[in-house]
Amino acid sequence: MENIVAHPAITPPPPSGCSSGSCGSTAAQMNGQLSQMSEDIRRRVQDHPCYSEEAHHHFARMHAAVAPACNIQCHYCNRKYDCANESRPGVVSELLMPEQAVKKTLAVAAAIPQMSVLGIAGPGDPLANPERTFATFRGLAEKAPDIKLCVSTNGLALPEAVEELAKHNIDHVTITINCVDPDVGAKIYPWIFWKNQRIFGRAAAEILIAQQQKGLEMLVAKGILVKVNSVMIPGVNDDHLKEVSRIVKAKGAFLHNVMPLIAEAEHGTFYGVMGQRSPSPEELKNLQDACEGDMNMMRHCRQCRADAVGLLGEDRGAEFTMEKVEAMDLSDEFLAEALARRTALREKVAAERAAKQAKAHAPQPAVITLHRPAQKSALAGRHVATEGRPAATEGRSVLMAVAAKGGLVAEHFGHAREFLIYEVTAAGAKLVGHRKTDLYCSGDESCGEGEDVLAKTIRALEGCEVVLCAKIGYEPWGRLEAAGIQPNGEHPLEEIEAACDVVWNEMLKAGKLAPRQTEKQVA
Amino acid sequence: MALEIIETCVNCWACAPLCPSQAIVEARPHFLIDADKCTECLGDFATPQCAAICPIEGAIVNELNVALNPPGSLTGIPPARWAQAQREIAAR
Repeated sequence: MENIVAHPAITPPPPSGCSSGSCGSTAAQMNGQLSQMSEDIRRRVQDHPCYSEEAHHHFARMHAAVAPACNIQCHYCNRKYDCANESRPGVVSELLMPEQAVKKTLAVAAAIPQMSVLGIAGPGDPLANPERTFATFRGLAEKAPDIKLCVSTNGLALPEAVEELAKHNIDHVTITINCVDPDVGAKIYPWIFWKNQRIFGRAAAEILIAQQQKGLEMLVAKGILVKVNSVMIPGVNDDHLKEVSRIVKAKGAFLHNVMPLIAEAEHGTFYGVMGQRSPSPEELKNLQDACEGDMNMMRHCRQCRADAVGLLGEDRGAEFTMEKVEAMDLSDEFLAEALARRTALREKVAAERAAKQAKAHAPQPAVITLHRPAQKSALAGRHVATEGRPAATEGRSVLMAVAAKGGLVAEHFGHAREFLIYEVTAAGAKLVGHRKTDLYCSGDESCGEGEDVLAKTIRALEGCEVVLCAKIGYEPWGRLEAAGIQPNGEHPLEEIEAACDVVWNEMLKAGKLAPRQTEKQVA
Repeated sequence: MALEIIETCVNCWACAPLCPSQAIVEARPHFLIDADKCTECLGDFATPQCAAICPIEGAIVNELNVALNPPGSLTGIPPARWAQAQREIAAR
């Protein structure tokens, strides 16, 4: 799999530095940039689960669904947004007024001390509902100033909102940018509402793209951290997203998140009904790898709902209906106690990070993974011997699935609702994605159906050679082995990256990491 | 002369702030247009603003009950394709 591990980012930089339009894209420049920005950015993203991969193991966020109106139509969206059983952006169960959203956020932040971020992401576009969006932010900033505020937008109304965003101390903005070419845009956006008219097709895409790019530049100029989300639509913008990635990086976006299209006929979206397919996990990973040479890539996105609550991948929204929230007494004393719990948790996480850092003897503060390729991350410190020669010369990369909790190998195989996927090489383990699964063992009489669910889980783990979990039963062990996936329960409660590393080195010693026959033929 | 919002409305609020006559009323199960106030935006805008932003085909009709955004006009999904998809889903 050498073609996969050969990230452009680890090729030597050209001698004269910036030689192309993608200024700042080479490894050396990016490292320099990161170390320059590091102190400031580390501090700003260290508790934000959507901006820091490391933080997503420890911190939770919620989305307040206060913004129903939208000013554009995307072909992957349907404005009927009330299904409780679906998890996809734009879907919510209960629309909130700003004062309700503030109350709900306070209730969640009292019950979940990991809560660090309130985001507004829809179900329409937050900036097409500026009064509601900013009223929510104002209300929360007054009652719980420790909670970071964050907004996600399609960008059409962004340039006009930048002043207001800065005034409200919004430190993180996500713009969904699916294209920079209006001909591509015309296949994604059927219309926009612009200056009191509905505008269709290419003309609409042209305006939207111009507004997105202008908004991005204005936010960067204000020092606001920008994440760019892109939906990968095979045959429409998949190849084009490499150019998008180069351009948004050059303009100063901090992080790029390429997400797979979700399209099913029953969602009633254009793509779903017209049979547009979604990308496979492998196609998604290949595109993310291709973009990574130019950009910090986000690999841990769970494409959550516009009313998601809790840790990423663990939605607790159903516990916080407005009916339950309204019944709570949010007295000043209660809120002060909640704040104390959050503060204590953050101090605990900070202490754990410091301990981990000290243990790793990293040459630089390495507690925050800034979504850099693993080759340049903290792990490099533990692989001094591999420096100066290309990675993976002595062993190919291996995909490992991990039943994880809090950054540790901590979940029972049968209890895992998702597996984190790590790509492991001599240079270390790097998170490259996640795979969702149905519960194999629900612990009740429905376990008779476990057979089918297990088969589905094994299919979901396609391409992985190892599954790391805290514990695993006899039956799934045998079935996984038969499917060519080695179960491993020998590292319970160990740190994921370290455990993956140990397993990879064991495989290397056992002679299992020679290039595969089939890959040689392909190469 | 007035437009009407019908039951396919999803209560997304997009139309309400745009109406130059403040004719749109938040109501349940869906938003309504006050027929006495609605001017269909004549004299204010080239096209009725509620219908120009409404994302739901068929949700806004005129006095002849004709949809301002007919099926397929906003999503780009041909009505025949939509019907076929619904049949396929029902048959599962």
